[in-house]
Amino acid sequence: MTKKFNPTIVGFFCNWCTYLAADLAGTSRMKYAPNVRVVRTMCSGRVDPQMVLWAFHHGADGVLIGGCHPGDCHYQEGNYKALRRTRLLRKMLAQFGIEPERLRLEWISAAEAERLRDVMNEFTTQIRQLGPLRKEAVKPAAMAA
Amino acid sequence: MQLKWEDTAINGNGNNGARIGVYICHCGTNIAGKVDVNAVVESVANLPGVVIAREYKYMCSDPGQELIVQDAKEFDLNRVVVASCSPHLHELTFRRATANAGKNPYLMHMVNIREHVSWVTDDPASATEKSKKLVKAAVQRIFWHEKLEPRRFPVNPNVLIVGGGIAGIHAALTLASAGKQVYLVERKPTIGGHMAQFDKTFPTLDCAACILTPKMTAVRQHPNIHLMTYSEVSEVSGFVGNFKVKVKRYPRYIDEEKCIGCLECIEACVYKEGKYVNEFDLGLGKRKPIYMPFPQAVPPVPVIDPATCIEFKSHKCPKGCMEVCGDRDAIDFAQKVQEVELEVGTVIMATGFKTFDPNRVPQYGYGKFSNVYTSLEVERLVNASGPTLGQVVMRDGRRPESIGVLHCIGSRDENTNKYCSRVCCMYSLKLAHLLKEKTGAHIYNFYIDMRTPGKGFEEFYKRVLEEGVSMIRGKVAEVSAWPQSPAEEGKLILRVEDTLLGVVRRIPVDMVVLSVGMEPHADVAEVRRLFNLGCSVEGWFLERHPKLAPVDTFTDGIFLAGCNQGPKDIPDTVAQAGAAAAQSMALIDKRYVEMDPNTAWIDEELCSGCHVCVAMCPYTAIHFDAEKKVAVLNEALCKGCGTCVAACPSGAAQQNLFRDEQLFAEVEGVLV
Repeated sequence: MTKKFNPTIVGFFCNWCTYLAADLAGTSRMKYAPNVRVVRTMCSGRVDPQMVLWAFHHGADGVLIGGCHPGDCHYQEGNYKALRRTRLLRKMLAQFGIEPERLRLEWISAAEAERLRDVMNEFTTQIRQLGPLRKEAVKPAAMAA
Repeated sequence: MQLKWEDTAINGNGNNGARIGVYICHCGTNIAGKVDVNAVVESVANLPGVVIAREYKYMCSDPGQELIVQDAKEFDLNRVVVASCSPHLHELTFRRATANAGKNPYLMHMVNIREHVSWVTDDPASATEKSKKLVKAAVQRIFWHEKLEPRRFPVNPNVLIVGGGIAGIHAALTLASAGKQVYLVERKPTIGGHMAQFDKTFPTLDCAACILTPKMTAVRQHPNIHLMTYSEVSEVSGFVGNFKVKVKRYPRYIDEEKCIGCLECIEACVYKEGKYVNEFDLGLGKRKPIYMPFPQAVPPVPVIDPATCIEFKSHKCPKGCMEVCGDRDAIDFAQKVQEVELEVGTVIMATGFKTFDPNRVPQYGYGKFSNVYTSLEVERLVNASGPTLGQVVMRDGRRPESIGVLHCIGSRDENTNKYCSRVCCMYSLKLAHLLKEKTGAHIYNFYIDMRTPGKGFEEFYKRVLEEGVSMIRGKVAEVSAWPQSPAEEGKLILRVEDTLLGVVRRIPVDMVVLSVGMEPHADVAEVRRLFNLGCSVEGWFLERHPKLAPVDTFTDGIFLAGCNQGPKDIPDTVAQAGAAAAQSMALIDKRYVEMDPNTAWIDEELCSGCHVCVAMCPYTAIHFDAEKKVAVLNEALCKGCGTCVAACPSGAAQQNLFRDEQLFAEVEGVLV
């Protein structure tokens, strides 16, 4: 590839912490990589593993899930469920031939705009180094479930 | 009918009758300065279902909203997408506009291309590209939106106020005089907070007690205020309008109902003199095991400290207190912790602050040199009801002839707190004035920058200057007791770079005052989790919007007042407490709350009865119907996190506004 690879990343951000951190980063005019496209959910616990697979299936090179810090979940413990699901899902991704590092879970509170910026940039760089997701890795058949 | 996302118009199977209007906001130049709004309009104009796509300078303005209303009529729209700022800012605005157009407000979806795109992206081409994808995703998502009705719940008119400092007191009195029932919970044995410890208040030099204690008495006497001192909130459940709160009431071993406040029991204690540290005087005074924190304490009921009372230690005390109390029978050594349950509709957090602990900056010698004081200690020292009855006598018994007041201790410092505590310059000037008045000593104030923005503040600064207080611009590096000249003998020596003269100076003084800044309480993390609040990095409670919703929090029905939201002075605290009371009343007087219908529901037909969701729900909103062998969701208990939806293996659980179809379509939209 001669052109610099520009990854596409889907972000699932919870309404109360990470989405607000992204809002604060905006209000503070912090600049970061434009690669993460954010889908808002009320809680990181709403992120269905199928949605992550769906994202990879449709061409995402990486998926970033953002939730509240442990103990801070607006819904008490949704972030713990996101954590459990993400760990299992990463194992499953490896079985699909997708590098588990393409899925990242981060706790970013509503006040941590700087951290959000850093994570956005870091993750983009990391996925850029990994290169594009091999499309053949995810067969449509695998998505049928 | 269950629609599958493969069936959507985007995939070419008709558009389910969707007629979508798409609106791209310029937000002046906030968005349009970075994002090519016309290109975004073009990119979505021909998407299936899109009937009209427009850009407009300010969508949130009246003409912007009117555009939606007019288009809805002209083009018979049944779906609306607005790409502008964060939904946290204007979702309600555009839902209302959609409702004004005669459409169901939940058939509108917002795209955040300001906070998430134009403000954070350097390159205009990337910003435009990202916006296009996000808007396209919203168009695909909106296909799956349905008509919904907001949920309505009644609002309990009772209010819980946590913290009985000036913020809690003012909010309580405001609400109570409007006829609301208020539960005021205070952790300490008396209300009054930090303000009760102060001597005078800047810049008017009003006596703090003279303006505070009438309000404290009013709290006690008000029939609508239920005062619970020596109590802590231990559990909070429920939601806006319908909170259930448990309050732990610690035993003061004196019955508040029976005590008449004669204080004879304190006189009668076997200890003839105070022996233990009086917390209220910050260790500068002594108290007995039975004591009143200060003379004007409210409620005017003494407290027995079981850790120091002989009766608790050995059961061999002659109990002079009980004897003198006699028939009044107010003393009760058998009191236990009580738990009280309250039902309230709104909560005001007025939990205050703590002062910075100067042990963290050992170079200033606090705790090492007895004549180094914190500013709060000096407040007690100059106070007529303080441990020295207002005489400025140092710990070594001398009266100071020279005093150094060091500003910014624990503020504006990379090593401790980066923020400015806002009140220290002014209270340092006030203390300089009071100390000068009381002792005639020579006073030096050491400041980094003199910050006096406020009504009458700069004038007060001038006045103190004219009184002959020396202002030295420089941060003191060290307080030592190592004399290098006869003049420094027996003194504390302040080493400082006078940045106006450009020289390092050594200034000997008798007494040092550390103007400590404000910090969140040590247990702020537990308190914030109890009430489900957010915090800034420093630990201040997070307001919903720094400018437009300064007393609201992200938990509906919980409001902030005073220094738990950030350092502020008394006028600002009182103003904020009034605002919190008003916000609380706005909810109460409306009598009901409307909440987003983003609850989950379970399709009985699809449910396989696997029980997975039952265990997922943190609110026990889902139970298993053994007869039908399906999970059943109680909508009233559901708070709409959607974790059951993510867990359901058969797609039977769904969440309004975040249905699988909606989210899958959105994910596809941002990518393809």
